[in-house]
Amino acid sequence: MKVGVVVFPGSNCDRDMYHVLKDVFKTDTKYYWHEKPLPKNIDAIILPGGFSYGDRLRAGAIAANSPVIKDVQKMADKGIPILGVCNGFQILVESGLLPGVLLKNRSLNFMCRWTNLVVENNKTPFSNQFEIGQKIPIPIANGEGRYYADDETLQKLKKYNQIVFRYVESVNGSSNRIAGVCNEDGNVVGMMPHPERAVEYEINPTDNNASTLIFESMLTKMGVYN
Amino acid sequence: MTSFEVHVTIENKPGISDPEGETILNDLVLKGAYKTVSKIMTAKMLKFTVQEKDQRAAQSLIQEVCDELRIYNPVVSKVSFDVLKA
Repeated sequence: MKVGVVVFPGSNCDRDMYHVLKDVFKTDTKYYWHEKPLPKNIDAIILPGGFSYGDRLRAGAIAANSPVIKDVQKMADKGIPILGVCNGFQILVESGLLPGVLLKNRSLNFMCRWTNLVVENNKTPFSNQFEIGQKIPIPIANGEGRYYADDETLQKLKKYNQIVFRYVESVNGSSNRIAGVCNEDGNVVGMMPHPERAVEYEINPTDNNASTLIFESMLTKMGVYN
Repeated sequence: MTSFEVHVTIENKPGISDPEGETILNDLVLKGAYKTVSKIMTAKMLKFTVQEKDQRAAQSLIQEVCDELRIYNPVVSKVSFDVLKA
């Protein structure tokens, strides 16, 4: 079972993600540079956080045209689990793999703080170990994290159960307090908060179990866990 | 072929909040002597220099660039074009 962490110029959470997958969850993990094709035998793909291309034009807009995105799209069509975290989420919306868009936070500030999420959909490969309504204490760190979708898209998101995580309280002005969404098939998930920064006791001594379930959900879907 | 400068203005669609514009209006302009100003909207402008046969061809090419490469995000933004002889 192999997980790929895609690296763009300016990714800076790639090593945190790799460390968590490799050292905490003992998963075969490899980095894949965004200009190289992805191998076919990959079981899950993670687009990590950071500032691809220095957020020039818009966060994620330039990376969305990287060669690797065509392969990510093909794997999304095959139903392979794909998770975009923070800048990874921005790249997924800019490439059209997920609906909506991420705007500058309402405060216009870069926000780096702990938040609480509530699980709205526990059918995705990254949320299947949660109860609906379960809370996740987790940090955010972004400047462009305000999820926006028009009313028609929001209706569709509700209809097809595509809202995966919401903030318990409004933190940045996101539509319907949305923190994470999935595609219609549910295998592509994007979220602004950073689960890789919340799974270890050393940096999250109060409750690291909740974020752990995001990775355990993926490993369950991959058949590593029962 | 002639050289043209195409100015592309990217701005929010109506209904999308513009906190930067609101702050400039409420916390700078309206706090001064300029009470007749009622709205400020921020935008981003890109200036493309391009060689094309006429103004129309220059605009059409840059429109294609903007649409194909998602220079603007059509979910929240709209674009307008001004073509000048460079």
